[in-house]
Amino acid sequence: MTAAFVAGAEMPLKRRLKRAERARQFRALGLVAPLLLFLMFTFVVPIAGMIWRSVDDWEVPQVMPHTVAALSSWNGQGLPGETAYAALAGDLQAARAAGTIGIAAKRLNYVVNGFRTVLTSTARNLKTAPEPGTAKDTLIGINPAWGEHATWTAIKSASGPVTSYYLLAAVDLTRDADGAIVASPDDQAIYLDLFGRTFAIGLGVTTLCLVLGFPVAYLLANLPTAQSNLLMIFVLLPFWTSLLVRTCAWIVILQSEGIVNGSLQWLGLIDEPLRLIYNRFGVYMAMTHVLLPFMILPLYSVMRSISPAYMRAAASLGAPPATAFFRIYLPQTIPGIGAGCLLVFILAIGYYITPALVGGAADQMISAFIAFYTTETVNWGLASALGAVLLLSTLVLAAVYGKLALGRQNTGGLKN
Amino acid sequence: MDGGMIATTQALVRFVGVQKTYDGEHLVVKSLDLDIRKGEFLTLLGPSGSGKTTCLMMLAGFEVPTQGEIFLADRPIKNMPPHKRDIGMVFQNYALFPHLTIEENVAFPLSVRGVPKAELKDRVSKALQMIKLEHVANRHPGQLSGGQQQRVALARALVFNPALVLMDEPLGALDKRLREHMQLEIKRLHETMGITVVYVTHDQGEALTMSDRIAVFNDGVVQQIDRPDALYERPVNSFVANFIGESNVLSGTVQNIEQGYCQVALDGGGSVLALAVNVTAGGRTSLSVRPERVAIATADDVDPAFNRLPATLKDLIYLGDHTLAVLATPGNDEFMVKLPAGAYAGLSQGQDVTIAFRPDDCRALDPV
Repeated sequence: MTAAFVAGAEMPLKRRLKRAERARQFRALGLVAPLLLFLMFTFVVPIAGMIWRSVDDWEVPQVMPHTVAALSSWNGQGLPGETAYAALAGDLQAARAAGTIGIAAKRLNYVVNGFRTVLTSTARNLKTAPEPGTAKDTLIGINPAWGEHATWTAIKSASGPVTSYYLLAAVDLTRDADGAIVASPDDQAIYLDLFGRTFAIGLGVTTLCLVLGFPVAYLLANLPTAQSNLLMIFVLLPFWTSLLVRTCAWIVILQSEGIVNGSLQWLGLIDEPLRLIYNRFGVYMAMTHVLLPFMILPLYSVMRSISPAYMRAAASLGAPPATAFFRIYLPQTIPGIGAGCLLVFILAIGYYITPALVGGAADQMISAFIAFYTTETVNWGLASALGAVLLLSTLVLAAVYGKLALGRQNTGGLKN
Repeated sequence: MDGGMIATTQALVRFVGVQKTYDGEHLVVKSLDLDIRKGEFLTLLGPSGSGKTTCLMMLAGFEVPTQGEIFLADRPIKNMPPHKRDIGMVFQNYALFPHLTIEENVAFPLSVRGVPKAELKDRVSKALQMIKLEHVANRHPGQLSGGQQQRVALARALVFNPALVLMDEPLGALDKRLREHMQLEIKRLHETMGITVVYVTHDQGEALTMSDRIAVFNDGVVQQIDRPDALYERPVNSFVANFIGESNVLSGTVQNIEQGYCQVALDGGGSVLALAVNVTAGGRTSLSVRPERVAIATADDVDPAFNRLPATLKDLIYLGDHTLAVLATPGNDEFMVKLPAGAYAGLSQGQDVTIAFRPDDCRALDPV
């Protein structure tokens, strides 16, 4: 009797629980909904848009739709048939009338240098539509390039709807006329070096921040509250001024007639000003300064939670101070070191203003090129591809960190 | 205070005129002279803020005496850093290194001493056997229960065979049952290994159970240092009498002192003969009488040598192994008497009775 009652009561109870839970979940969702929407429009959508732009190949299909349609049946061997030439002639005339020829010309010029001239001169010289059946000869007559296989493979490769061109270019690769992936020509292969430089600067800044920030964080975590609060204000002070102001302050301090050089010369230590700015030194200096709090704060929060009893225990067990530090204290700060380094490195590799202001031409980082492609040459595809590669490397780093952090947790956690 | 009577050769640790102040105004430890004998289990007992932990920290080397000197095996150690003292220590919250396994934790003192690998392995496994925790050798401290962590902390402090082991309220975080079990386990380890233990606690029951001697601290001064039974039976002042065990207090004035006994006129009326411990003739005194040393008499069948006082039975509290009688007597409205099981027959609340105790069980101490 009792068993039956319990079994019968089980379902309604579960359902009741679910209903109660659902109300709670809806309330929770309601509370985070504004932020979720905000993130959706300010974070997810722009990033998705950026990633899409790095593969989107819209120019040629939009400007020359008939040519693209005609080329879809071309097998890529030899030259395409008369229909393709006729479609091209029609597209060029329409584009010239609409003034959109530059869009396609720009895209095709990425693939074959000089394509812009071919396209614009052909459009200009094509006064009237060629007689049916004579399109091929007419076009080749205007510009012999139309009789070359490479010209047509270039158009076909840019026919969309998606392309790997930008992403390949972002890592110094390209496709040859046969579609095989090969290294970019030397004069275009600059991005791997650029990524290398970006990561090197990021790594250097991270190391400097760790070396400078670790002792400060230790002091913060171990001083009496009143003194540590005061010190904390100094650590947080940079956050109260704008990044631009701080960077400009470095220019004032480090320039040839600046405070540092002036003092050194006045002291007679140097005869002529040291070059402290518009080079790698200035970049390291200014970026380390700006990013230091991002290292100190995670370190501090981890160090705060390490009881002084551990160091005492280590000493009482016979460990000299250095041994106790390296074997007992340091390992316990690793979560903080990891979080701080990850934060600083990710922020550093995305830096733009500081290297632009205090660095030389050889110190510009990837963001400067992304900005250059978006604002100067309006090459959104390449800018997006560079951004996507940067995003990918950041994600890989974060994933590796997450994996390591999780691994540590599985060993039983750091707290006892 | 008989601490000074111990011959120096027996003493492993000597505190000589040690003072400690943190703020330069207030002495946390006021002129401490204390000898710790080799092989003994000495407990520093006292309320919080009495200076007992400060003494332990000075001995461990984490605090420096403001004045005085501490000798370990006749060597002054005031300026010796903690890691050179070879003193094992068990901390209040165990302080097991969270990033190391149990095995690595126990191996730590050996590895910093450069013990060869084979010997280290052997000694660690023996230490883990001793605390019966071989099966958790590869776990991390966070995966162990409080009692297990405590045992690991013990093994870690003992594995390098220190001559002296300090324990700073090591059982404070454990529940009562586990605490009692661990008390016996620590006692067993102390006896089998022949080490000297200095143990800090504010739990008098713990101190009485475990110690060879107890030093009672109050206000930066050792009030009395003695064996547990002596401390309980023969407290030298009111603080010790009231801190260790239960004690009934009766205030009065000493009328005369004769052959170690004094006649005391009680404030509430009546006069009793008491053991003169800490009094001067004509001075004020607080008498201390242990509740189990008092009998309740209903008739005049009491030995004439006993002190007798009229009292009214206010309450009888049944506590299983004994019964606690609460009485009102002139000068003390909460006079406790412990009656052995079954000895309360015939008593009822509100009854007028006579309480009786021997002069030897009534100690005249300094006024509270």
